[in-house]
Amino acid sequence: MYETLKVFLRNRKALVGLMIVLLYVAVAIFGPMILNLDPMQRVGRPHQAPNAEEWFGTTRMGRDVFAQVIYGTRTSLAVGFFAGTIIVLIGTCLGIAAGYFGGWIDEVVTFFTNVVLVIPQLPLLLVIAAFMGQTSPVVIAIIIGLTSWAWGARVTRSQTLTLRNREYILASELIGERPTRMIFVELLPNLLSIIGFNLIGSVTYTIITQATLEFLGLGNPMSVSWGTMLYHAQNTSAISIGAWWEVLVPALAVAGIGIGLSLLNFGVDEISNPRLRTLGTVAAAVRTQKKLDQQRLAESNA
Amino acid sequence: MSFVLRRVAFYLVAFLVAATINFILPRLMPGNPIDVLFAQQATTLPAEARAALIETFGFASGPLHLQFLDYMKSVFTGDLGYSIRFYPQTVNQVLAYAFPWTLLLAGTATLLAFCIGSIIGTYAAWRRGGLLDAVATPLSLALQATPAVVIALTALFIFGVALRWLPTGYAFNPSLDPAWSWRYISSVFVHGLMPICSLMIVFVGGYLVTMRNNMIGQLGEDHVTMGLAKGLTDRRVQFNYAARNALLPSVTSLGLTLGAILGGSLVTEVVFNYPGLGQTLYLGIVTRDYPLIQGQLLIMTFATLLANLAVDLLYVFLDPRLRRA
Repeated sequence: MYETLKVFLRNRKALVGLMIVLLYVAVAIFGPMILNLDPMQRVGRPHQAPNAEEWFGTTRMGRDVFAQVIYGTRTSLAVGFFAGTIIVLIGTCLGIAAGYFGGWIDEVVTFFTNVVLVIPQLPLLLVIAAFMGQTSPVVIAIIIGLTSWAWGARVTRSQTLTLRNREYILASELIGERPTRMIFVELLPNLLSIIGFNLIGSVTYTIITQATLEFLGLGNPMSVSWGTMLYHAQNTSAISIGAWWEVLVPALAVAGIGIGLSLLNFGVDEISNPRLRTLGTVAAAVRTQKKLDQQRLAESNA
Repeated sequence: MSFVLRRVAFYLVAFLVAATINFILPRLMPGNPIDVLFAQQATTLPAEARAALIETFGFASGPLHLQFLDYMKSVFTGDLGYSIRFYPQTVNQVLAYAFPWTLLLAGTATLLAFCIGSIIGTYAAWRRGGLLDAVATPLSLALQATPAVVIALTALFIFGVALRWLPTGYAFNPSLDPAWSWRYISSVFVHGLMPICSLMIVFVGGYLVTMRNNMIGQLGEDHVTMGLAKGLTDRRVQFNYAARNALLPSVTSLGLTLGAILGGSLVTEVVFNYPGLGQTLYLGIVTRDYPLIQGQLLIMTFATLLANLAVDLLYVFLDPRLRRA
């Protein structure tokens, strides 16, 4: 465990990503506790630029952008992890079932996975959300979770298929292990990296999608999240009257967590795929070799 | 050819599934959408339009399976009923006006993002660990993780509001009449520049990273070493040996991201007030224009499936093994 952690921490991309994500999680957990105020409260005049009192300025309604973005972090992260978990649960179950049992189960699951993959996600989500009316963050998390599992199911299935034909699996089958034990003891541990990958990707996707849906006015405008902040900013024409802070702050918040999570994902990818990992070392070796060659050339010329 | 035929059959079934979802959704919702609609709508619609509306939903009467058949008939005859927001226009008329703009926006952005991303990815992998790789790869990761709405809003603020270089909305100068004149086309170009570029920026990173990682995988293969050992030029090995093969998974990912691009285009259109499908869908949602919303989902699914088919054909062109099969 310690060794794995060391490999992980040595990767610069993964480390930076992890630090960004941990910072967001800390803000989401402790931020509202420390601030302990109502983010919907009117604290000053409308559209005040950032100043000593309101660090990130105020909105059209005179609400404190700083307080809103802190409370919004909690909502957005909670929705992200909640929906991410749903996506991973569905995707992993379907993927393992299809890959392990094969036969008609595989055919049915693969078919539906492929269908869901080609139906455009955001328009579908928009239509579902539109029919449900203005939806709370939890409902948004659930509909994103229920419609976005296809990619994870596909990747998990193909990984399960390659594991399925390994000798140790065949051996355990010959010993007569039950399918539940096969799945939980033999398969699942070897799928952990794929599942982690899927989770990080799904959380990123959910956070972005939730912000987008709410920006388009499909969320509950009375809830505080990055998406509703953008929605209110757009609706009060914050950009055209120059209230850039009202847009920039939630926009940077979304972009920041997205960058953190994707750095983390790329880092994990590099760790599990040595070809991508050794790039820096290879480049350094090539440079040293070139320098050496030039030196020798210079020496032989002299 | 059997590969293409199988794909066509698959897309047909996928379209049927999407249409079925479209049929089920309003029926799953609590209450009758039409009542909700008329409760929110301040204006009253003519009886004829209301009847047409009810017919579109199939709420009037009849058992579910007959409603379903009726609905499927209307889908395949392309009769999607009247739009509420744009009454007396039909949904078809509204969509037909909006579609070319989305095609222009999303199509150009996709082509640019895919080509630029793949080319830079090829070079980044070739000189991996070099300056281009060290700058372009982390940058694309960052761009890939940034939502379209953030990039669009930022571009709008910087170039539209603060610098005032580019127009902030609509697809052309409204005082001009559409015509094949220089003034009209240049107006379309200037208005499209910001939406197209911001949409492209959202997706270029993904293609770059995919291409780079595929290329790195290819560069470790024996045929590349062989090419180099034969004394072929670097260019030839880079493009004909490595990039050609690395392109295949990139094309697969192109097919898989088409839906996402359509989604990105939707948001970009709303931000820039661009009169495409996304903007119309947005207006439809704001006014709860259910016939329009449902028609949108159908046409967007249809467009995505067609584009996927095009990607499959491209795949056949790139992978000779599929042509023989």
